[in-house]
Amino acid sequence: MSIMDIIGGILLIIGSTFLFLGGLGIFRMPDVFNRLQAGTKATTLGGMSLVLGVGFLQPDWIWKSLIIIIFIAYSNPISSHALARATYRRGHYPYIKSEDKENMDAYQEVVPHTKEKEDKA
Amino acid sequence: MTYIIYYAFILMALGMIFSAIRFVKGPTAADRTVALDTLTTIGVAALVLLGYMFKRFIYVDVALVYAVLGFIGVIVIARYLEGAL
Amino acid sequence: MQSLTFNQKLGRFILNWILLMLVWLMFTSTLFWQEVLVGAVVSMLLSLASIRIFTCCDFSILRPDRIFWMIWYFFVFIKALVVANFDVARRVISPSLPINPGIVKFKTKLKTNYSKMVLANSITLTPGTLSVDVVGDTFYIHWIDVETTDPEEAFKIIAEPFEKILLKIF
Repeated sequence: MSIMDIIGGILLIIGSTFLFLGGLGIFRMPDVFNRLQAGTKATTLGGMSLVLGVGFLQPDWIWKSLIIIIFIAYSNPISSHALARATYRRGHYPYIKSEDKENMDAYQEVVPHTKEKEDKA
Repeated sequence: MTYIIYYAFILMALGMIFSAIRFVKGPTAADRTVALDTLTTIGVAALVLLGYMFKRFIYVDVALVYAVLGFIGVIVIARYLEGAL
Repeated sequence: MQSLTFNQKLGRFILNWILLMLVWLMFTSTLFWQEVLVGAVVSMLLSLASIRIFTCCDFSILRPDRIFWMIWYFFVFIKALVVANFDVARRVISPSLPINPGIVKFKTKLKTNYSKMVLANSITLTPGTLSVDVVGDTFYIHWIDVETTDPEEAFKIIAEPFEKILLKIF
């Protein structure tokens, strides 16, 4: 057990725990936007630290691990942004818990609400 | 070290199971796409860890290609849902 | 889209070429001369094709103070990412789901498209926020636990630490 193995093992534990939390968040949250919140953040940090942990355990692979890390850090926020925008424009509006339903949704000045679509797809 | 890898695989499998339940159940198409995105990221991490376990460097390349293709797929589905395609 | 002078175009082209070349070297992880030659040709063609679309800046980005702020931004971002993850973990695990979601908006002072993209991506990965759309200089942010609907206050809470640094870089 060298110091690299210890760091790599710790990163593996952190990464897999956050990946699990991402899956659990996808399962538990009430609507698409909250699912995106949980899924994007947790899987980004989880995937990054797990791949970095493998890079520490196997130092020959560190360059390609770094490419995967950079790609995950770039692509995950972009895809979640595209999905959030598409969901709103398709007619699924965010779940709002508080009483003040008008003020809590500032985006309706850009995309006015129409009748909520039924989507069986 | 072996036990750490087992722990990581068990947790990732649980995460994949939860997102797969959402993928099957999810009421709208957007929910399914979110679940697919999460499944892709967990799958990339699992492929890299499998490559470490079997000492096969080629698995890392497979993971990179899978990440790129999953990203493009999610973007295409999002544009289609938006009605811009 | 702003029009570029020839010198700016040349600077962007060369900087983009160097970046793509670095990615290629990381990708192949070898210095065998045939690999390097193929990489040089391919990355030159790619950066020629994408001068207008993907490049962010020319060589003035490499001034020492800007590089210092970039490294500082990296550490601020990593800290926000870790805080965001523990925040998500707390919300997901607790049985009562402590959320109060809503969409807020604020205006930014950033000018270029590239810096707006960096700010939007950073906001997505920081605690409890997800950027839904950018229209002109207005950001629409889905917030998992809305503390205020006033644009100024929301800007102070969500975006100010990042924008302060980004204004010094770009």
